[in-house]
Amino acid sequence: MIFWKLFYTFCKIGAFNFGGGYAMIALIQDEVVEKQAWMTAQEFTDIVAMSQMTPGPIGINVATYAGYTAVVNAGYDPWMGVMGAFLSSFSVILIPFVLMLLLAHYLLKHKNNKNLNNIFSSLRITVLGLIAAAALQLATPANFGSWSQSPLQLCLSLAIFLIVFLLSLKKKFSPVLLILLSGAVGLVVYGT
Amino acid sequence: MAGYFELFWSFFKIGCFTLGGGFAMIPLMEKELVQQKQWLSKEEFLDLLSLSQAMPGVFAVNMATSIGYRLRGKTGAVMSVLGNILMPILTILALALCFRYFRDNAVVESIFKGIRPCVVALIAAPVFTMAKNAGLNWRNCWIPLLAAALIWLLGVSPVLIIIIAGLGGFLYGRFINKKEAAA
Repeated sequence: MIFWKLFYTFCKIGAFNFGGGYAMIALIQDEVVEKQAWMTAQEFTDIVAMSQMTPGPIGINVATYAGYTAVVNAGYDPWMGVMGAFLSSFSVILIPFVLMLLLAHYLLKHKNNKNLNNIFSSLRITVLGLIAAAALQLATPANFGSWSQSPLQLCLSLAIFLIVFLLSLKKKFSPVLLILLSGAVGLVVYGT
Repeated sequence: MAGYFELFWSFFKIGCFTLGGGFAMIPLMEKELVQQKQWLSKEEFLDLLSLSQAMPGVFAVNMATSIGYRLRGKTGAVMSVLGNILMPILTILALALCFRYFRDNAVVESIFKGIRPCVVALIAAPVFTMAKNAGLNWRNCWIPLLAAALIWLLGVSPVLIIIIAGLGGFLYGRFINKKEAAA
């Protein structure tokens, strides 16, 4: 039953996400593309693109859209997909929400607890590896093109990747702008 | 004092106007909740901010939960979270429902062919931009490298890696690096 699996999967993702929106993209990617195979790497990449361009926390946007896509890909109609979307976003916030109500008081009192600080500094470093793995797993021929089928697409994709990567390191460029520009390049090169 | 609807409305506005993820919300929240409404002091806001970062989940939602809870208890937390995520969820759903009709369109596909490598780069870049804040150095850089290799090459679950990393951090401070932990 896909709804039960969605609930369980997104509860787990919410409960184990330490380290912000990109870490959550990594966890969602691992579950919905690699483990459950609810969608392809390409579909997931498109979802991330659209989640970047609409307002709100990216983790919520990706969870919502991925929940919708998982249900529709399983053969249900789009309105069941909408149910799946609400269920996924609800599930992803459920456990952190409950934990916050239970532990907020205690944690504020012990905010300098050294055991907690050790755990969090270890997690902060490890999460970098999770995000790197997600990027590697999304660098597929479907997303970049392949040498045998379209050398032009592969070369252009690598160029876009490098330029966007270097510009993002500078931080001044908003993701939305970079996505729009890359889309314009795609339109000009492939669309004409 | 903050009414339930006022809380909802404040977080609704914040949810509508943030592009680019949770951390983009911090300045908006600070302006709305600390400076304009004066529901929280600057210190309280910073305390709740670090609490929200420490908790698992979605950072912006954790902020809404902790601030709503602090101001008006459990109902306040529910109202704040609903306000914060309502518009984002409806927007992305509307987009999802529309995109069904355009997905196979040749023009849309050519646009997305340009966008996909850009998205992968946007996911790769935070690995490096976040590294400094995370405290990455030559002595601990094997940790993310090993984590990435285990996930990418062997298909190890990231959740398992999170659990091991948390446990490892705890044990390291407890038994190996007692002095530094105590300092």
